[in-house]
Amino acid sequence: MGLQAYLILAAVIFGIGLFGVVTRRNTIGILLGIELMLNAVNINLVAFARFSGSEIGMVFTVFAICITVAEAAMGLAIVILLFRIRRTVMADHLDLLKG
Amino acid sequence: MGSAFLTLIALLAPVAAFLVLAIVAPLRRAGRPGAYFSILGATGSLAAAVMAWRRYDEGATRLVWDWLPSQGRPLATIGVLVDETSTVMLVLVALVALLVQVYSLSYLSDEPPQGLGRYYTYQSLFAFSMMGLVLAPNLLQLFICWELVGLCSYLLIGYWYQKPEAARAAVKAFWTTKAGDVGLLIGIVMLWKVSGTFDFGEMRVMVAGNELPLAGLSIITFCIYLGAMGKSAQFPLHVWLPDAMEGPTPVSALIHAATMVTAGVYLLHRTSWLFALTPDVLVIVAWIGAFTALLAAVLACVQDDIKRVLAYSTVSQLGYMMAAIGAGFSTAGFFHLLTHGLFKALLFLGAGAVIHAVGSNDLSRMGGLARRMPQTAIVFIVGTLSLAGIPLFAGFLSKEEILGSVWAGGLVGPFALLMLVAFLTAFYMFRVVFLAFFGPAKAGHYDSHGHEPVVSGFSQTHQTHDAHHAAHHGDPPAPMLLPLWILALLSMAVGIYSTFIGPGLVAAPEGAEHAAPGWLTPAAVGVAVAGIALAWLTYQRGTINAASLASMFGPIRRAALAKFWIDDLFEGVFAAGALAFSRLVGWVDRYLVDGVLNVVSAWTVTTGDEMRSIQTGRAQDYVYGLAVGLLLLLVWARWSLP
Repeated sequence: MGLQAYLILAAVIFGIGLFGVVTRRNTIGILLGIELMLNAVNINLVAFARFSGSEIGMVFTVFAICITVAEAAMGLAIVILLFRIRRTVMADHLDLLKG
Repeated sequence: MGSAFLTLIALLAPVAAFLVLAIVAPLRRAGRPGAYFSILGATGSLAAAVMAWRRYDEGATRLVWDWLPSQGRPLATIGVLVDETSTVMLVLVALVALLVQVYSLSYLSDEPPQGLGRYYTYQSLFAFSMMGLVLAPNLLQLFICWELVGLCSYLLIGYWYQKPEAARAAVKAFWTTKAGDVGLLIGIVMLWKVSGTFDFGEMRVMVAGNELPLAGLSIITFCIYLGAMGKSAQFPLHVWLPDAMEGPTPVSALIHAATMVTAGVYLLHRTSWLFALTPDVLVIVAWIGAFTALLAAVLACVQDDIKRVLAYSTVSQLGYMMAAIGAGFSTAGFFHLLTHGLFKALLFLGAGAVIHAVGSNDLSRMGGLARRMPQTAIVFIVGTLSLAGIPLFAGFLSKEEILGSVWAGGLVGPFALLMLVAFLTAFYMFRVVFLAFFGPAKAGHYDSHGHEPVVSGFSQTHQTHDAHHAAHHGDPPAPMLLPLWILALLSMAVGIYSTFIGPGLVAAPEGAEHAAPGWLTPAAVGVAVAGIALAWLTYQRGTINAASLASMFGPIRRAALAKFWIDDLFEGVFAAGALAFSRLVGWVDRYLVDGVLNVVSAWTVTTGDEMRSIQTGRAQDYVYGLAVGLLLLLVWARWSLP
């Protein structure tokens, strides 16, 4: 399989993740969507690294996975705090940014 | 010592006095010591001026320093230009300045010391500025001094600045002359543009060599004439001079009769070779001069304020001088300037003595003064005869020369006007003489308590002093009497000398001689005598009733009492014009500028309101927008970038 197949897979996963982020009402679902998008990026990085014969992309991916974990932990913590304050985790009820 | 160096001393003596008085405040505030200091400067100035005049022999000499450095050669010089014209004018300025300063010692003896010090500081500055103007070797220095004398005039008219009329008159004088000065400045700059120099000598060489382009020169000379028109109170810019009488009488004698107002005549005489190139402008000068002379003479006939009669008389005589210059004989105008400087200063100082004694400017409150103050009466009559143009007095020859030159210039219209003015001059001056010095003494006028204080500008303390003075009502003290006698004797001496010995103080330049027709002298004297006779019959004998005489000239009299509505016209035009203009500006500001701003701000507010609804505050919408935007960018990048 060529590089293109990996890239298409990554694009599809990224699209699914973006779709989830935009459409899910549940904040947890949004976080899951973000995870999907990040992993699509990881797939890209690994694919490029594999096909260009350089390890740098792999190293980046390892770092990205670590950061993703931290990000997920942070996100869940925020969600819990939000729930404590607002008694809801539904994203369309959270409109504090409204001008 | 050369005469150039002497004139420099004459110029610098008053400015030294001015600087000392201006810087050393205690001397100025002390009053009298400061006055003596200023008089010392004026005396030195007069001595140097007379020596320079006596030692002056043929050929103009210059003593100049470079000024305003520019590429190659200096743009202008500063210094003195000594020739026949400037030396004799210098003597006149220095003489009248000194006499007036001495006279003021007594006239203003009741002023507070600070006021007196201020007065003498201005006087010294004025003497310097006027001499700088007279001696200026180029138009630039002349213009600077021109503005300086205007400033001194403003300061001295407004000497009693607490009086609203005086303050208003000072401002009026300043602005009216300034209107002409703008023309003068434009003229000087335009002249510099075509000739490349400010210097009189260099310009004269260019004129002699026909190097000056004639095209457009009329505009330049007319602009220069505008300056002279403002300074020398020519119609329609004459309105400031009568109001300038709010200043102390010695100031009127020095600045508004003998010297500063003649600066315009002097300027035109100085540049007569330039004006000779533009005969069309000269004709305007002559007509305006003659018309001004007539207008002011008519106005002088109806004034009841002795100083205003003299003020209008000054305007009238300035018109005379201008008419002679317009006829192309500027020497005649300059000669009249000199004699007029002597006898008009004399008349003003005499009027000051009368005012001092009577405590009022009003002619109707004077009468029979000849018995109480005989010496004043004699010198005043000498001045009046001189002004009326009676033979053997100073004014006779100069006036006749002007009439002769206007006739020789072929200006029949102005000549007729001037003859009429000669009649009116004799009439209104002798009206003053008969009303003030002869006739019954007015019983009530000793007591100035019952009347409104009308003495121009005397402070409250002066009122009581005046009443005290009025009790003996005699001739004024020596510091006032001495200048009067000097001026009276000089007026007669000049007249007699010019008639029997010399050709006058100023020799006519080559080619400017004119043969006056033989009937001119009898005619000029005849109209003067007729004027005197009419005044005598009306105001002395009572053969002609003054009221019926007035009613004979009813409309003219009413118009003259209203100053021919010229002041009203100016006031109307400028006040209404300024109001209309400010209304227009206000409308533009209120409706155009504010309107545009209001529309823009309202539009901003509504647009902002509309745009708010896009901002839902939900993170998901933003992400959606972000994604769509990114997509659009990618599409755009794919299709539009190479």
